[in-house]
Amino acid sequence: MAEEKLPAWNELPPGAVVIEPGNMAERYTGDWRVFRPVINQEKCIRCLLCWVYCPDDAFSIVEEPYVTQKGRKYKFSLKIDYNHCKGCGICVEECPVKAIDFVEEVK
Amino acid sequence: MSIQKEIKWKRLPLSTNYAVAYAVKDLDVDVVAAYPITPQTTVVEKISEFIANGELDAEMIHVESEHSALSATVGASAAGARAFTATASQGLELMHEILHIASGLRMPVVMSVATRALSAPISIWNDYSDLMNARDASWVTLIVASAQEAYDTIVQAYKIAESPDVMLPVMVAYDGYIMSHTYEPVLVPEDPSIVLEFAPKNYNRLRLDPDRPMTFGTIANPDWYYEFKYQQVVAMKNAYRKAIEVDKEFGKVFGRSYGILETCCLDDADVVVLTYGGLYGTFLEAIRKMRENGVKVGAARLRLWRPFPAEDVVRELGGAKMLVVVDRAISYGAQISGPVAMEVMNAFYGDPDAPSIMSVVVGIGQRTVTSYTVREIVDYAFRVLERGRVPRETLYWGVRGVKYE
Repeated sequence: MAEEKLPAWNELPPGAVVIEPGNMAERYTGDWRVFRPVINQEKCIRCLLCWVYCPDDAFSIVEEPYVTQKGRKYKFSLKIDYNHCKGCGICVEECPVKAIDFVEEVK
Repeated sequence: MSIQKEIKWKRLPLSTNYAVAYAVKDLDVDVVAAYPITPQTTVVEKISEFIANGELDAEMIHVESEHSALSATVGASAAGARAFTATASQGLELMHEILHIASGLRMPVVMSVATRALSAPISIWNDYSDLMNARDASWVTLIVASAQEAYDTIVQAYKIAESPDVMLPVMVAYDGYIMSHTYEPVLVPEDPSIVLEFAPKNYNRLRLDPDRPMTFGTIANPDWYYEFKYQQVVAMKNAYRKAIEVDKEFGKVFGRSYGILETCCLDDADVVVLTYGGLYGTFLEAIRKMRENGVKVGAARLRLWRPFPAEDVVRELGGAKMLVVVDRAISYGAQISGPVAMEVMNAFYGDPDAPSIMSVVVGIGQRTVTSYTVREIVDYAFRVLERGRVPRETLYWGVRGVKYE
């Protein structure tokens, strides 16, 4: 790969310390996933528990209004960042209305 | 520059363990985490006393094992504290995993080791098996020979460890019991501020700080790991220069310095005996007496064990016809099983003018070594020199049932 672009020993901080915080955004871990959580927008009650529990900050609140078939209106929706979701399934487990399906990744 | 004239000294009767504790107090160490193990225990007992008396403002963390002791010390160091621990024998073995973590994280921790034999069978007595097992853990390792030197070297150790181009943990080792529990007069400055002035705390380093978040203890995958290990290789090389420099500087301020390789009576010496730790005193006495009787013998003491001062060994000891390296540890199964003897041979490798090198093991499990033993070894070395056939394996001196003619 692009090995020549990696820093030399004297360009790295000592002790493998990561000096800049919040850099996990740069590292894509989505390809670790075996099962993919998929939000069922019809069932979702927007309680945000998945957003709270996600250890990878992969849930984001997006300003996408949604109207269910029964006519219930939501001002926002939840979206999963599949570049960072490792497929741990915590959201699936925690969702109180079983609105997140866990689908096997099949290519 | 002669500040030493201004220093007022207290002359105290201290064991080497207590001398270490006094140095820790005078260095204003912030965190101490340790677990009791013979013959180290009185180091931390004394430090506890200092804390209880209000003489030292430090956090003493009582832990459930040596593994936790060094872990807590590393954690404290990562938070920016000047941290200290002490151990021996089985305790050092239990720390082994964290030894590598301390150096890999580049934590300037200092630890004193009152060396002791390893189980089994159980022995609480001295040899250097524990220290030699920690050889490859990337710790700067100094071996001292007196209580005064222990005090002085703990002070030097923090200065070496915390210097920006080193940032490695430092071990200061000495003979368990033979030194740890024997009392000597030790000069301690009446006003310890001179010690802190000499070795000020280095807060200007990477550390855990809520205002400046950083990640310590990361994973390094195959395309990253190697570079961090190479950083340690370079840091060790820097530590060699730093150890010499700090010792010289210490000499200028306090009026005592030791070098990294102490020598005696090397002029025209045919046989030179190299050893380490408190045993050197016995060797010196024997060799000075032999000198009086006209025997051309010299002595040397290795003070810096890691990084190994190969150049100094070659330069200082290369003039002898035979070099006898006396170890107090066995590397089982090796052709030459004295750990220091191996390094010395390595230092002379490929040198056509190299002296003959003989490896001798003594004092295992604190088997008594007297000046008579030294004389026997030196006599044997001269006989070997005459015969011209140097043994290609280690001699286990003093073990019952084995005789060397």
